Amino acid sequence: MSLAQTKSRNGERPEFEREPAQSGAVGDIERPLSFSERILNNETFQRMMILVVLIVIWEAYARWLNNSLLFPSFTETIGTFWRDLSNGILVNRTITSMRTLAIGYACGLALAAAFTTLAVASGIGTRILSTLTAMFNPLPAIALLPLALIWFGLGTPSLVFVIIHSVLWAVALNTLIGFRGVPETLRMSGRNVGLKGARYVGLILIPAAFPSILAGLKIGWAFAWRTLVAAELVFGVSSRSGGIGWYIFEARNDLDTPTVFAGLLTVILIGLLVESVIFRTIEARTVNLWGMQR
Amino acid sequence: MILLEVNGVTLQYKTPRHLVTATYKVDFSVHQGDRYVILGPSGCGKSTLLKAVGGFMAPVEGSILIRGKAVAAPGPDRMMVFQEFEQLMPWKTVFENVLFPMKVTRKFSRSDAVERANAAIEKVNLAEFRDIYPHMLSGGMKMRVAIARAMALEPDILLMDEPFAALDALTRRAMQQDLLSLWDQLKFTVLFVTHSIEEAILVGSRILVLSPHPGRVRAELDTAKFHFGNIDQSEFGAMSKRIHGLLFDDGQKRMPEKVSA
Repeated sequence: MSLAQTKSRNGERPEFEREPAQSGAVGDIERPLSFSERILNNETFQRMMILVVLIVIWEAYARWLNNSLLFPSFTETIGTFWRDLSNGILVNRTITSMRTLAIGYACGLALAAAFTTLAVASGIGTRILSTLTAMFNPLPAIALLPLALIWFGLGTPSLVFVIIHSVLWAVALNTLIGFRGVPETLRMSGRNVGLKGARYVGLILIPAAFPSILAGLKIGWAFAWRTLVAAELVFGVSSRSGGIGWYIFEARNDLDTPTVFAGLLTVILIGLLVESVIFRTIEARTVNLWGMQR
Repeated sequence: MILLEVNGVTLQYKTPRHLVTATYKVDFSVHQGDRYVILGPSGCGKSTLLKAVGGFMAPVEGSILIRGKAVAAPGPDRMMVFQEFEQLMPWKTVFENVLFPMKVTRKFSRSDAVERANAAIEKVNLAEFRDIYPHMLSGGMKMRVAIARAMALEPDILLMDEPFAALDALTRRAMQQDLLSLWDQLKFTVLFVTHSIEEAILVGSRILVLSPHPGRVRAELDTAKFHFGNIDQSEFGAMSKRIHGLLFDDGQKRMPEKVSA
């Protein structure tokens, strides 16, 4: 209908060609965002705001309850946290935990690397790994602790054993899934230039599967940290050199709830630090930069 | 001089349920400096044939010889350019992607390789995108990087598997022109797979027409005289019609709906 109208009004529509207008006349194509626009969109700023709100709720509830044995306030917790931080107790406990964690994490990664290499190399290797993962991944690491105590006795070796268990399967499974997801074209372009064996894995498969591998590392870290703190709660490692879990356990025995809170706060802070500083930095410099993950 | 000889090649591959014969007793030979196009509808095994020349699969019958030597495995003397954009390594910049094959094969010294990589990037007009990661490039640009990467290594033969099929029509036309002007400068040998009749006539100096299910040789045509300048002339149309006939009037009449663009 409208087409017919246009036609009848103009009779015929003439053809034309024209030079494009200078883009300068269109106005700014890009405009920098204002300060307030940028700060409101900033992820760190938003996360800080969430934390502030949570802290305010915490403080308000604790003051209303007014029972520091059950629920100490934020200020009280921070006070205790600061006291134990400055007298070095918390630092020592954390270092003890971290050392055990580092050993367990490293061993777990090495084993995961060995298993996935086996799995990539042969079909039977893949079957071995997927069967083992299916068996052991759902098994809570803590459930192995009694057994570990019988095998390795009280002390670091038992902790390392359960940490390895919690890291190994998560990392191996994710790496294997990552390797499987590498596009055929990318594999072929690697083989095209004559890459084989370890060089092929190192130069093509690992970087191509990196988003998956990194996810595995993150999950493995979270499992390991969780397992370690829980295991330390069960037994304190050789008395004097207890970790952060033991610090919480001791404080609970003394009914010193603010110290328990300070210990929990430390566990949370370390978790946040590793996640949002270490892993975020790795992500920003690899998978985000490469456009493999948004 | 004969560079590539394919003699009576039969290719088969297994799907979970069937054994598929992709090509049956295919013969052809590619000379130095040829722009040799394999043309056929889907299901004629042309991509499988290219993979076999690339060394990614072995023929069940017949032989594939490069400079008289049998093809046994993939190698940098036969650089492949794929249709998919995933062929670039997302964790490397344009420059690093182009450099990578030269670094891995150690065909050139380090300083030579850097120089060649830069020159190749310059040739495909991507100099200003040298340090950018592939995910920020358009499809056409990614394809140009893949071509630069393959050319920089100076392979005996360039294998192109429907390289422009995933591009939009305008970019595709520009890429065909670019490829031809690169060939004018360097006179490399290229084996090019396509399912577009027009692209085959424009890009190719010789066309091997395959029939489908399984792929068998239907004709070999000389199309060296056709280019963008005479695309509108009757001879070009006649050649196009002739190929059309070879592909579709295979005993029975069929509507030409499958092959277009």
